[in-house]
Amino acid sequence: MKIVPGAVCEAGTSRVNKTGGWRTFKPVYDYDKCIKCKLCELLCPDSSVLPKEDGYFEFDYDYCKGCGICANECPKQAITMVLEEK
Amino acid sequence: MARETKMDKQKMVVVEGSYAVANAVRVCKPNVISAYPITPQTHIVEELSKFMADGEIPNCEYINVESEFSALSALVGSSAVGARSYSATTSQGLELMHEVLFNVAGMRLPIVMTVANRAVSAPINIWNDHQDSISQRDTGWIQLYAENIQEVSDMTAQAFKISEDRDVMMPCMTCMDGFILSHVYEPLVLLEQEITDEFLPPFRPERILDSKNPLTFGAFADPNIYTEFRYQQERAMQNALKKIEDTANEFYDMYGRHFGGLIDEYRTEDADIIIMAMGSIIGTIKDVIDRLRERNVKVGLLKVRAFRPFPAEAIMNVIRDVKVVVVLDKNISLGMNAGALFIETKSVLYNTDIDVPVIGYMMGQGGRDVPMSTIEKIISDAEEVMRSGIKIESQFTDLKEELV
Amino acid sequence: MKEIRIHGRGGQGSVTAAELLAVAAFADGKFSQAFPAFGVERRGAPVQAFTRISDAPIRLRSQIYKPDYVIVQDPTLLESVDVASGLKDDGTLIINSDFDPETFKLDTKAKIMTVNATKIALDIIGMPIVNTVLLGAFAGATGEIRPESIMGAVRERFPGKVGERNAQAIMKAYEMMEGQK
Ligand code: SF4
Ligand code: SF4
Repeated sequence: MKIVPGAVCEAGTSRVNKTGGWRTFKPVYDYDKCIKCKLCELLCPDSSVLPKEDGYFEFDYDYCKGCGICANECPKQAITMVLEEK
Repeated sequence: MARETKMDKQKMVVVEGSYAVANAVRVCKPNVISAYPITPQTHIVEELSKFMADGEIPNCEYINVESEFSALSALVGSSAVGARSYSATTSQGLELMHEVLFNVAGMRLPIVMTVANRAVSAPINIWNDHQDSISQRDTGWIQLYAENIQEVSDMTAQAFKISEDRDVMMPCMTCMDGFILSHVYEPLVLLEQEITDEFLPPFRPERILDSKNPLTFGAFADPNIYTEFRYQQERAMQNALKKIEDTANEFYDMYGRHFGGLIDEYRTEDADIIIMAMGSIIGTIKDVIDRLRERNVKVGLLKVRAFRPFPAEAIMNVIRDVKVVVVLDKNISLGMNAGALFIETKSVLYNTDIDVPVIGYMMGQGGRDVPMSTIEKIISDAEEVMRSGIKIESQFTDLKEELV
Repeated sequence: MKEIRIHGRGGQGSVTAAELLAVAAFADGKFSQAFPAFGVERRGAPVQAFTRISDAPIRLRSQIYKPDYVIVQDPTLLESVDVASGLKDDGTLIINSDFDPETFKLDTKAKIMTVNATKIALDIIGMPIVNTVLLGAFAGATGEIRPESIMGAVRERFPGKVGERNAQAIMKAYEMMEGQK
């Protein structure tokens, strides 16, 4: 490997690092309670809340680290943190 | 080594130093300019804004920002996409850029910036010395210092060429003494468009930021590879040594003007005493030397044009056989009781076979005028050193003892 | 080399006068350099500006301590500023005033000359702008520079009617001083 002056490299290399494996608890939606306020999408530090066509959201479990911020911030308690079965 | 510059009076006009620089920037066809006004740099950005408003800099964006930090940060982005990028600042504005200066150099972005050298606060002082740029010497920017407005104008084109060279790719500060050069009216040949178009090829970096082919710039480097990035930067600085010389020579061939490469010399053949200095004080020193030569004082001048990279070899070649070297500094490294040029000069002589006494004078701080008489007195001190050795190695000049 | 110091108040155009003098001297075939007394400029505060004129290129960057000529734009400055400071014995001091030169008791051996530049400016330009008028007076009093060069520099800086009127006022002041020599 050679380093490139200016530390220039391919973009988006963090995709290779699938952080989903770090999870102990995983977030699960209850769409009956969700009011589509987008807070979970906005606050997820890992961009792991992806919008769906119908206005609801889904989790990208490849990268969701299970931090629980989304569940904590959801004003309708529409997200539950469930223990991962590993 | 000194090349003769014959100025064609027909081509000269009398303008302000700031206008001369702004015009040179225009002629170099920048794509992005971003700067925040600060005395005494203000006239440069005013003139550039005027050029922009009059549509005289095509294909260029002038980004208004709310601080110097933002000004340089904006240029990090523009330079990375392959836009020729320019800024100008001074004093506290330059110090506010400190963090970004490292980023620019580390990302190897060849931004050119004029520094209208000014003292630093506190106490507030808007007048000239070199403390602002000298304090940025380890940021990885090439630093060139100009003697008059012709030189700083010409230096602008040279700076882009040096910085954008593939073997260099390091940013450059072109330093002009605030007020003394930024606000002076004197004759010069304005940078010529036609010759510059030939002299300075368009900026075509190897790697650019492009949404169609995304790259990450200035990415993370862990302890396994960080050292190697620093090594590359140092090697680029060493490459710049040759590039600065070559560019000055090439400039001379095309424009017929030469003010030195890394250094310049004035009446140094046969000199016993060599004065070293940077910036606009050079002119005054030349006048003093002419006067003293009439009295058979064998004194010459070593003008340091490049402070970074430091031209150790070029300096050693000039002072190898002289009897005493006097270094003038418009700055001080506090706690060292010495100016930077003096410290560097002494340090490159150690571990060599050159054994010449070097004395240093700190002067001109915060715009304190340096009359010919001050330099004459320093030279007579140097004659005393030749006779009986060094008594004071480094000292303040014209200090008003009664005030302290 | 000849060194000139111009005293005025912030807003009176002393710096512009010094610059125009440099432009004019260069047009006359000389080398020149003009610079302000690098201060924090405020309207009304005493300010100074300097010009050097020489046959050879000018390298000297220090301030001017021993001027050959001094121009005073506003005689009330004499109360607070030592306008004759350092003025060479064989030099000339030009004051904008309608009094005779003898009225001014200044500590100098230099020649003192007066010109009512304010009146000339009011009569011809229609405004009390004296900086350019005094350059005409300088040319007439010293012979250091051709009045045509000064008029040329002023016309270039202020195109159109303004420049034309200034040029007339410059010529008038020039002739008045020529007569006094
Ligand atoms: S924060 Fe809760 S209510 Fe709001 S969109 Fe997300 S899941 Fe639905
Ligand atoms: S648990 Fe944390 S990482 Fe996972 S989706 Fe919620 S906020 Fe994002």
